[in-house]
Amino acid sequence: MKLLLKGGRVIDPSQGMDMVTDILLEDGKISRLEKNISLSKTDSGDDLRIIDLEDTIITPGLIDMHTHLREPGFEYKETVRTGAEAAVAGGFTSIACMANTDPVNDTRSVTEFILKQARLAALAQIYPVAAISKGQAGTVLTEFGDLKSAGVVAFSDDGNPVADSGLMRHALEYASAFDMPVISHCEDKGLSSGGLMHEGFVSTQLGLPGIPGIAEDIMVARDIGLARFTKTRLHIAHVSTAGSVQAVREAKAAGVDVTAETAPHYFALTDEALREFSTNFKMYPPLRSAEDVEAIREGLRDGTIDAIASDHAPHSSVEKDVEFVYAANGVIGLETSLSVCLKLVQEGILTIQQLIEKMSVNPARILKIPKGSLAPGRDADITIIDLNRAWTVDAGAFRSKGRNCPFHGWNLTGKAIMTIVGGDVKYEDPGGGSLDF
Amino acid sequence: MGTQAGTSPARLKVENTMGLSRKDMLGIRDLSREEIDLILDTAESFKEISNRTIKKVPTLRGKTVITLFFEASTRTRASFEIAAKRLSADTINISASTSSVVKGETLIDTARTLEAMNPDIIVIRHSAAGSAHILAGLLKQSIINAGDGAHEHPTQALLDMLTIREKKGSIEGLKIAIVGDIAHSRVARSNIYGLIKMGAAVVICGPAMMIPRGIERMGVTVCHTMKDALRDADVVMMLRMQFERQEKNLFPSLREYAQNFSLNRDSIKSAKDDVIVMHPGPINRGVEITSEIADGPSSVILEQVTNGVAVRMALLYLLSGGAK
Repeated sequence: MKLLLKGGRVIDPSQGMDMVTDILLEDGKISRLEKNISLSKTDSGDDLRIIDLEDTIITPGLIDMHTHLREPGFEYKETVRTGAEAAVAGGFTSIACMANTDPVNDTRSVTEFILKQARLAALAQIYPVAAISKGQAGTVLTEFGDLKSAGVVAFSDDGNPVADSGLMRHALEYASAFDMPVISHCEDKGLSSGGLMHEGFVSTQLGLPGIPGIAEDIMVARDIGLARFTKTRLHIAHVSTAGSVQAVREAKAAGVDVTAETAPHYFALTDEALREFSTNFKMYPPLRSAEDVEAIREGLRDGTIDAIASDHAPHSSVEKDVEFVYAANGVIGLETSLSVCLKLVQEGILTIQQLIEKMSVNPARILKIPKGSLAPGRDADITIIDLNRAWTVDAGAFRSKGRNCPFHGWNLTGKAIMTIVGGDVKYEDPGGGSLDF
Repeated sequence: MGTQAGTSPARLKVENTMGLSRKDMLGIRDLSREEIDLILDTAESFKEISNRTIKKVPTLRGKTVITLFFEASTRTRASFEIAAKRLSADTINISASTSSVVKGETLIDTARTLEAMNPDIIVIRHSAAGSAHILAGLLKQSIINAGDGAHEHPTQALLDMLTIREKKGSIEGLKIAIVGDIAHSRVARSNIYGLIKMGAAVVICGPAMMIPRGIERMGVTVCHTMKDALRDADVVMMLRMQFERQEKNLFPSLREYAQNFSLNRDSIKSAKDDVIVMHPGPINRGVEITSEIADGPSSVILEQVTNGVAVRMALLYLLSGGAK
């Protein structure tokens, strides 16, 4: 099967490329990248599909390095298949899924099960992240070597912080021996426990117990200290505070091997969104103040924050249609992430090239996966974006089982209109008319 | 002997009012000064009904009021029920000793079940902030918030304001101290909104860990000693210390609290001679207030309770459409 993508603007930061050119995909790989490739169906038999992509952007497939697929254990919230459907519909060709399933992904058998479900779904590439500690209980390390050989790409107790500094030290040291990143969920439970939203003026007015920004800052500082001390690699998940951004910025300047991600809701929404007590704005870390949002945007602009990941966290209505205090933490994001991120381009905070770096090239580099590039010979994982497509977010229409979307009803501009994984078209926007040439 | 039972409130002072142009009463934050005045004026005119021999008017005859209490309450619940009955509404009390989640039925399912029985007004108290908002967004009935977590308790603030207005003539320009666990207090929040809208200067006081972050932006001055807080105060509002609700290790001991934050014959000296002492109840005698002060000449604590009925009658009336 061959696919010829004609006339699109190819933006591939991995090769410093931004030009209108054709791309030929053959046998699941990028075969040729040249202007005016002329092939006709008669040359290739029936085995060729030609797609006219004029006025679109062609990028290395987007990578969401932080999602929750809920399988095994919480299939009523999401499965590997529905999560992968949501991923390709949102323009993601690869996603990493966190370990807080039931059972926790802390053994080879769970990793293998997730990978098997991913193969059966045959949509996006799924990269499991294994737990740092058995059962994410924060006491005993998992079998990093065995898990790596089973196929995990990183270790994280995401959902729980690693409270024991000694255990975190050992995790960083041991993971580094396997050249694997540790992804830290930074939260000091002594400061955060019982909290339901960002601690500040809004929480004071609403009478909801607060989670102060310092609960994150302290743990980011600790983990940076540990990474510096052990000379290892650290990735900070879902950065939400000005203090964290500053700490990461200083650590990078000092030569610490640290990378960081944030999520769209941390630069698109503030704690003001909680005023009506809607549980679709409840997540951990919580939506922060306008000053924090400003700092996140600056951190994205100046490169302190390397990646944007959705932290896609589907829940069912059973967990969300309840009193605020009882509602589960988390919001979905796979199907809105790109469009919300494109606002950063529209607002002049990032160039489209920088955005693609943060949504594809950098996540591939951090996770050390062979993705994020359109160089000939690489996997044909490609996202095609229409920057001008206007659409309205309708949570009811998502492929994800989750409806807990903080952007429901938003009018957004720009959208993935086609997602190609391994040379196969896995998603085509139904609203785009016929894309066939 | 009082006037006849058939006296219509429409003949009283609020003759020309059309009720509140809102479906629900969720919090004081949403109210304008004019709305607060309307409610207080209406309540004042209703007070007289409670002094009659036959304490009943037919104003809300045929209306059904449900009080839905997910949290223990004596005075607020009794007060709503008496208020509704004096206006001839039918009242049904539903109490859940535990939260809806523990019980197995969700709050939303409970609410929809009640809605299906066609009540006119639902009064809700719940330990979770925002619960009244959930109902208001879902149901066509008027929702009255009778206290949601540490968020708001609007009828308490209204009855407090009515009491202050009666005693001091006006709220404008008064110095009012609110003392206690501000962080966990819905009474404090609703009163801060209301009193500042009505032109008072509000000082709050309590142990530092019970003063929530950023509260100055609500327009209050923060003090950490009774002496500073009560200096020249016209009104002192003491809050109940809710030790049973607090997370562990928040405060050393009751003894430490009483020594530093109790209203007693010494600490009250900083206030004006004609200061009035208020408390939303139930009081912890010897903790936040001594019996001497609670039962003394400055105390208006029981008048607050009396005014609670009047304010709740006014709200039920105004949310039902007023004098149509």
